[in-house]
Amino acid sequence: MNLTLYVWRQKNSKDKGRLVRYEAKNVSTDMSFLEMLDVVNEGLIVKGEDPIAFDSDCREGICGMCGQVVNGVPHGPRKKTTLCQLHMRHFKDNDTLYIEPFRAKAFPVIKDLIVDRGAFDKIIQSGGYVSVHTGGVPDGNTLLIPKHDADTAMDAAECIGCGACVAACPNGSAMLFTAAKVSHLAALPQGRVEAARRVCAMTEEMLAQGFGNCSNHYECEAVCPKGIKVKFIAKLNREFIKAQMPGNESCTGRG
Amino acid sequence: MLLPTSTVGKKIMMAITGQVLAIFIFFHIAGNSTIFFHALNGYVVALYKLPLFVWGGRLVLFLAFVFHIWYGTVLKLENHAAKPEPYAKTRYLQATFAGRNQIWTGVIVAVFLIYHLLQFTFQVTNPAVAADTHPDALGRPDIFMMVAQSFRQIGISGVYVVSLAALGLHLLHGIQSSFQTWGMNNERTLPVIEKTGNVVSVLLFFWYCAIPVAIVLGLLKG
Repeated sequence: MNLTLYVWRQKNSKDKGRLVRYEAKNVSTDMSFLEMLDVVNEGLIVKGEDPIAFDSDCREGICGMCGQVVNGVPHGPRKKTTLCQLHMRHFKDNDTLYIEPFRAKAFPVIKDLIVDRGAFDKIIQSGGYVSVHTGGVPDGNTLLIPKHDADTAMDAAECIGCGACVAACPNGSAMLFTAAKVSHLAALPQGRVEAARRVCAMTEEMLAQGFGNCSNHYECEAVCPKGIKVKFIAKLNREFIKAQMPGNESCTGRG
Repeated sequence: MLLPTSTVGKKIMMAITGQVLAIFIFFHIAGNSTIFFHALNGYVVALYKLPLFVWGGRLVLFLAFVFHIWYGTVLKLENHAAKPEPYAKTRYLQATFAGRNQIWTGVIVAVFLIYHLLQFTFQVTNPAVAADTHPDALGRPDIFMMVAQSFRQIGISGVYVVSLAALGLHLLHGIQSSFQTWGMNNERTLPVIEKTGNVVSVLLFFWYCAIPVAIVLGLLKG
């Protein structure tokens, strides 16, 4: 199949950037989207041009490294699929594709389709952990966790931190990402202890990093390659309200 | 307390003030529906016999409006700043027209509200039909005459229907959104709350429109 690509090219974070047209010829339907770009890049290298820069790592849909906006949808048109797992058979011959980087103030473009998602690391550093004493390995089943709670925690923990939620959100909000981590840890007894401090610190850091506020459009849920549900944002809101109750002196910042 | 500055806190302020206003919107049309039974003037007289309720209610509504507009503007500006560059191609999968235009339907409703207050509360837009200076046969302010004379003009009724459509869209996103902000959603309740919010918004729109439409069509005569 043959495709017309309009790819965002931007030399560095200072460059203004623009869409550049490329023709992708003889694309195999068995290729993944990233392999298609690899082939386009080989052609560019042969011609002596700068290849299109994009992120990727595992190419198995589990690392959260890849991510581009294809025709206005982060990770492309297929539901619950990362870009690396999106195969070209889901496109038609002679399709025109607009390929853009994830856009948000908190995700500055480094080059072409690569954005700096370090702001996510800052949110995790602010509270996305549990404080445990080191020592001997605890016996199995010392802490009994109800099946339902374990399932909830695992559903939330599926987040791979790719940033598609931020890219899709009209407000550039990181609520789904933050809510997934808050919900994951609050559902388990090891994380419950620090739940109030965590929800305040992480939402505060989210704003400080320049992400927007959630206005319940649910675009994030629609594009999430791991199918993280917006019910976790409701859970974050509940955790936040609980954290305001007397006795949670840790909630004192801007939040 | 983190209500005024935190991201969730600002949204909770939007939700609580919005819900107060939505409750008023229901009772406002429920009370005004006495017009269909030619009992509007009597209803207004009965209402004003409860000054504490009327003025307490007005104070609550005024504060709700001020905070709703203030936090709505703050959130919108912050959100706008967080997404400085648009995509060349935009495609929404789940975000609704109502949700994406919440700020603009809000502006329309706010402007309409000023007109509505000047018209029927302060009664300055058309002194010839002002109820306070034109009592009915029983000596009560003739609210019915004022409303009927105003809505008989198709332009005024048109402004009302358009503004009510904006209000309906605002509620379409606002009602279900406020429950999510309160954290009341889970997989089981989310679709129920969404559907209920949509049905309530559409019903309120038609209920409100019924008064000007009935007067324009001549179904409701003085």
